[in-house]
Amino acid sequence: MRTCLVWGVLLSIGWLMLGSWQTVTIPEKLSDYGFFKDKLADQQPADGVVPYALNTPLFSDYAEKLRFVKLPAGQSVAYNDTAILDFPVGTTLIKTFYYPNDFRNPDKGRRLIETRLLIHQSEGWKALDYVWNEDQTDALLEVAGDTKTVSYIDANGQFQQHPFVIPNLNQCKGCHNRAEVMTPIGPSVRQLNGDLTYGDKRPENQLRHWQRTGILTGLPALEKCPKTPVWNKPETGSINDRARAWLDINCAHCHNPKGPAMTSGLNLNYSEKDPTAFGIQKTPVAAGRGSGGRTYDIVPGKPDESILIYRLESTDPGEMMPELGRKTVHRESLVLLKEWIKAMK
Amino acid sequence: MKLYLLSLLACLCTQLAWAQPTVQKRYQTQLIMADNGSTIDLDAGTFTFTGSLSLQDKKRIVIRGKGIDKTILSFKGQTDGAEGLRVSNAEDIVIENLTVQDSKGDGIKTMNVKGITFRNVKVEWTGAPKAENGGYGLYPVQCDNVVIDGCTAIGASDAGIYVGQSRGIVVKNSKAYHNVAGIEIENSRNADVFDNEAYENTGGILVFDLPDLVQKQGGNVRVFNNYVHDNNFPNFAPAGNIVASVSDGTGLMILAANNVEVFNNRFIHNQTLGTAIISYLLTERPITDKAYYPFATGISIHDNVYERNAGPVSQRGRYNKLFSQVLKPGQDVPHIIYDGIADPNTLDKDGKLQADKRICIRNNKNQSFVNLDAGRGFQHVSFNTTPFDCQLEPIKTSVSNNR
Repeated sequence: MRTCLVWGVLLSIGWLMLGSWQTVTIPEKLSDYGFFKDKLADQQPADGVVPYALNTPLFSDYAEKLRFVKLPAGQSVAYNDTAILDFPVGTTLIKTFYYPNDFRNPDKGRRLIETRLLIHQSEGWKALDYVWNEDQTDALLEVAGDTKTVSYIDANGQFQQHPFVIPNLNQCKGCHNRAEVMTPIGPSVRQLNGDLTYGDKRPENQLRHWQRTGILTGLPALEKCPKTPVWNKPETGSINDRARAWLDINCAHCHNPKGPAMTSGLNLNYSEKDPTAFGIQKTPVAAGRGSGGRTYDIVPGKPDESILIYRLESTDPGEMMPELGRKTVHRESLVLLKEWIKAMK
Repeated sequence: MKLYLLSLLACLCTQLAWAQPTVQKRYQTQLIMADNGSTIDLDAGTFTFTGSLSLQDKKRIVIRGKGIDKTILSFKGQTDGAEGLRVSNAEDIVIENLTVQDSKGDGIKTMNVKGITFRNVKVEWTGAPKAENGGYGLYPVQCDNVVIDGCTAIGASDAGIYVGQSRGIVVKNSKAYHNVAGIEIENSRNADVFDNEAYENTGGILVFDLPDLVQKQGGNVRVFNNYVHDNNFPNFAPAGNIVASVSDGTGLMILAANNVEVFNNRFIHNQTLGTAIISYLLTERPITDKAYYPFATGISIHDNVYERNAGPVSQRGRYNKLFSQVLKPGQDVPHIIYDGIADPNTLDKDGKLQADKRICIRNNKNQSFVNLDAGRGFQHVSFNTTPFDCQLEPIKTSVSNNR
């Protein structure tokens, strides 16, 4: 009996050491977290869960996203105007992917696909993915990823049907990676600096709302805060600014000096100033057939001779960029990027 | 007690979604769940995957199949991910006894791994070699202590065995054929490439240094005891890639690399050239990278064997057109070619290279040589080896990984 107990204790310790997400404490269902009140699929945030939006978000095959952040009770995040906000341990970022049945009319309902969580634990950020069931009553933990077929009427009234890839846990880090450390991508001051409607109230600037509700400290006057332009709203920035903002959120999570695509020497950070580093007349390194037979990443004035455009136009997994999370072409952003390159001298 | 264990197992199983028993999910889950120090045994058979398999953030993992052509991971029809198998941010990883086939992008990519061994691994694209094949077969990049032993790479549209931006490299006992480049060492330091066979590629072995990359200035590369033959395959690389400009019929090409010692190799039946030493300037591509050094320096080519059939060189490829301008009609292109472009800052007042930067060519069987003098518009093309008859200090590589 004694041996049995010793073994039991040893096994338990070994089990806990497997890594915290592997322990039995990981909730199997999204509903176990209590992030939402009432019907889970309505995604009505519970107290302390704050919705947010980004000015220029990542394109994910036209999926719409609901984003929420939950800080540990009584804690806050400090303002900084350059990097992703440094959320305290205990913070969870919540992102639900869905497709409206008809993009022209939200009243026709929607289909939730998956809810991704980034949880800030003492040993770092952890990614978890919950896939919604057919009945849309709950979402279940998925480790190894999956592929679903989605269908919807798009904004032009066209019926669309395509596969949607739910990443495995390793693939989460394919994007959420700074110097091999799991890191959030979106919530920076410049991305949050814009209005959002909270409940039934009038729209309010997100930074001001965060400050007012006590989760953001050190906010200077709003006009001093940087602001990422909205990629498809010309009134928010020049073509150059909007194109660079789009590349920043869609590409720079890998294409930055500490990201997985650092080996390419192509850096698509918003702040990159060296023209070769962000692609102008830059030769490819390991593009393989992703070069599309073109010589440079960006040929000024010639979008159709630029590798960057070729890779965004492709849906072949051996050629396309980004490597993951895309089965369709983002036609609208291509228009912007082509205009951007065309205007270059 | 038993009940306790059983319930633990039950929890584990529900969590891992065993309920979906496809091989892809099973192996991917194993790779995600693997404890440090464990071995992932793959079954014999051919398994088809629609997406990449990946391993990351682990130490001392062995991924082991039942043998080349016994465990085949096929990515034919892959719809998701840009490589077959990917390993990143890891330490002491061994991949052995398996075949990876027909991935959409690269075959096996390992990035940011300290200690990576590929042993008895084949990466191939089946069917006739074509531009649509993936770029690299074995692709360690930004890794330390790389061992590639007993491996085979076939059909890559860039390089079959490619080591890039890495440090401490052994490539041995391996074969590469029907690739654009057989074996390529790029922007990497301290590499030994020996006892390999590179044949029927466009170029057999390449040692390159390219601009605009994170790791600059590779070098300290030894290429010895290799059999590099019949590399006359028409170039099928997609345009834009630097290897697309390699002429078919190339045995070994050293581009802008420093401290390379090439000895005891057999360069046989590479119809255009046995060995080329060229500067990046010859590519006529713009250089904006201020930290990049475009010259090949400290190159020693000795005790190799050169042979090829009589007859004209391939007329394909940009460099071949060049030969027609500098050679008399009917004159064979020499086995060893140096473009003659030297760094003006390293020349002494007599116009000679500093001792340790020299190009030394000595004691090769069937040695023949041309200095193209490309830096001065090919005005003084010279076939005289005397200025290059010298011996550099043998290169000592500091490769420690001999697993």
